[in-house]
Amino acid sequence: MAATIVTGSTPHDQLGKDAPLGKKLAASLSTRVGRAAVVLVCLLWTVPTFGLLVSSFRPANDIKTTGWWNFFTHPSVTLQNYRDVLSSSGGNADNFGKYFLNTIRITLPATIIPIVVAALAAYALCWMTFKGRDWIFVGVVALMVVPIQMAMVPLLRLLNLGGHLTIGGHTFTTFPNLGINSSVVSVWIAHTCFALPLAIFLLKNFIQALPGDLIEAARIDGASHLTIFLKVVLPLAVPALASLAIFQFLWVWNDFLVGKVFGPADLKPMTWKLNDLVGSKGQDWQRLTAGAFISMIVPLGVFFSLQRFFVRGLTAGAVKG
Amino acid sequence: MGDLIATFGWAIAGIGVFLLLLLGVYFVTGFLPGRLREGSRVGVFLVPALLFLLIGLLIPAIRTIFISLYTNKGDALDVNKFVGLSNYRKIFGDKATRMVLLNNLWWVVLGTGFSVGVGLVVARIADQMKGEKVWKALIFLPTAISMVGAGIIWRFVYNKSPDPTHEFGLLNAALSKLGGSPRNWLLQQQNYIPGAPHLNTIFLIIVFIWIQAGFCTTVLSAAVKGVPDSLKEAASLDGANDFQSFRKVTIPYIMPTIVAVSTTTVIAVLKVFDIVQSMTGGNFNTDVLANEMYDKTYPQNQPGYGAALAVIIFVVVIPVVIINLRSQRRARELA
Repeated sequence: MAATIVTGSTPHDQLGKDAPLGKKLAASLSTRVGRAAVVLVCLLWTVPTFGLLVSSFRPANDIKTTGWWNFFTHPSVTLQNYRDVLSSSGGNADNFGKYFLNTIRITLPATIIPIVVAALAAYALCWMTFKGRDWIFVGVVALMVVPIQMAMVPLLRLLNLGGHLTIGGHTFTTFPNLGINSSVVSVWIAHTCFALPLAIFLLKNFIQALPGDLIEAARIDGASHLTIFLKVVLPLAVPALASLAIFQFLWVWNDFLVGKVFGPADLKPMTWKLNDLVGSKGQDWQRLTAGAFISMIVPLGVFFSLQRFFVRGLTAGAVKG
Repeated sequence: MGDLIATFGWAIAGIGVFLLLLLGVYFVTGFLPGRLREGSRVGVFLVPALLFLLIGLLIPAIRTIFISLYTNKGDALDVNKFVGLSNYRKIFGDKATRMVLLNNLWWVVLGTGFSVGVGLVVARIADQMKGEKVWKALIFLPTAISMVGAGIIWRFVYNKSPDPTHEFGLLNAALSKLGGSPRNWLLQQQNYIPGAPHLNTIFLIIVFIWIQAGFCTTVLSAAVKGVPDSLKEAASLDGANDFQSFRKVTIPYIMPTIVAVSTTTVIAVLKVFDIVQSMTGGNFNTDVLANEMYDKTYPQNQPGYGAALAVIIFVVVIPVVIINLRSQRRARELA
């Protein structure tokens, strides 16, 4: 799909030898204008983030009184902001290290569990035969529409209190109280629930497109579903799984609302701490800059190191060819 | 260091317990006789997903629809009175909500249009440029940043200091260099053309576009690379210039992807909450549905009214998803 990459063929060459000179010139000019525009857009896109990076290395007083661009005319560099948010000595309440670990503890299972569940379901929906298969898939896709704000509070009640139904004075327990009230497990469950519709949708499209002969052949050889799933489908679906994992990872890492609502008090994610700093210490801009940058490092690293999977896996369902 | 080990220990334990549970059930099904075994294995593959969807989305969605038909005395249904569609009537009768709906419309039009537009143009032009990866990575950068982080970043752009000689907001600093007087950008409620969005809403939408365009670029770029060279060559042999070939060859060819990306973006726009909540709190005529829903449900404790707003978001998104599914099916039939 992405195998053919145009290399070095400019529209100038493509116009052919017979095109009049004026037309060639116009084409090359429009190409240059287009490219200049792209470069400009990309730089413009980076300016706000770059400003934050520069600010995070400036002394507190400078940040509050002059714009970050003054750094280039009056450079003064300090690591104090990072020391402020990273040091754990003296009972530093703004110590980001703890929240960084909290975020990791939330993010890893909340990335892997939904992808495993979605991959299993997608396999079943593609290669197992049972009644109502297509209807289940349509239902799953329809749930993509439910706004997360709409689902959050009822799910929280269910996890904290269990489900009860009162009919004619008798109360039936429809869902047991699992006793995971405000623990990291409820954060994992919440993230898994909210991630599933899109994950199943994308993975089903991808797994459906895998060569069916391969799977049929394995079936005839007597391989069980689990073997086929582990040895045939999963290895072939790596691009889709990886791109989905990047997405889910970014979403959970950057999430604020779910972590805030479902997380126990001692396990708030880094975004919560950042928002807390914004609210309570609006004057401490220097800590905000360093904290914000620390929270960005991991997602950026993940994206750049897994970028090559990203592009291939995601479009498999949507692009033909 | 001990903390670090504990953290990963927890994380791995969580994943491990979950996987062992699944494997265990699968193993047990092996002892069942023939037909039953096949059926129960479908269960092992499918039931975890269905269970999560049931408790996390289906039951909550149904519950929300019910709550939207009741009065607002806390969260429990049995203490409330059934009021039918009165919450909805209140929403559509209120002049303030009409403002919210209009704002949402502009968010959808401008937010989606510009995110997808920028993504498309950058994907197409960068495709033939040196350092393509670098340019695309720069555009993607904001997508990897949390909304909370984005809010902090954009403060350094929109900020207005009380003392104009100590301005550190980029926009105001640039404006005063050009001889203008600094202003508080998020309080600008004027619209110069009647019906057009307020200026401050546009400034919020810009933050959204900044976050979303990278996603659009990345996905569309993969699609652009899938356009066969032979098609592009044929177009240029027929004398089409770059722009014509883009319009007549590239765009029709990658239409299914454009629809998919637009759908995802429209859904993201309709759920937009963090940007508005953190930058203006929905004040100064910048409110949108998702934020209004949050405000009504939590701080103002009117769950019935808030639930009705959630249902409205739900209803608006349904046709968008249907269009997407149709387009995907058509693409598959053509392939």
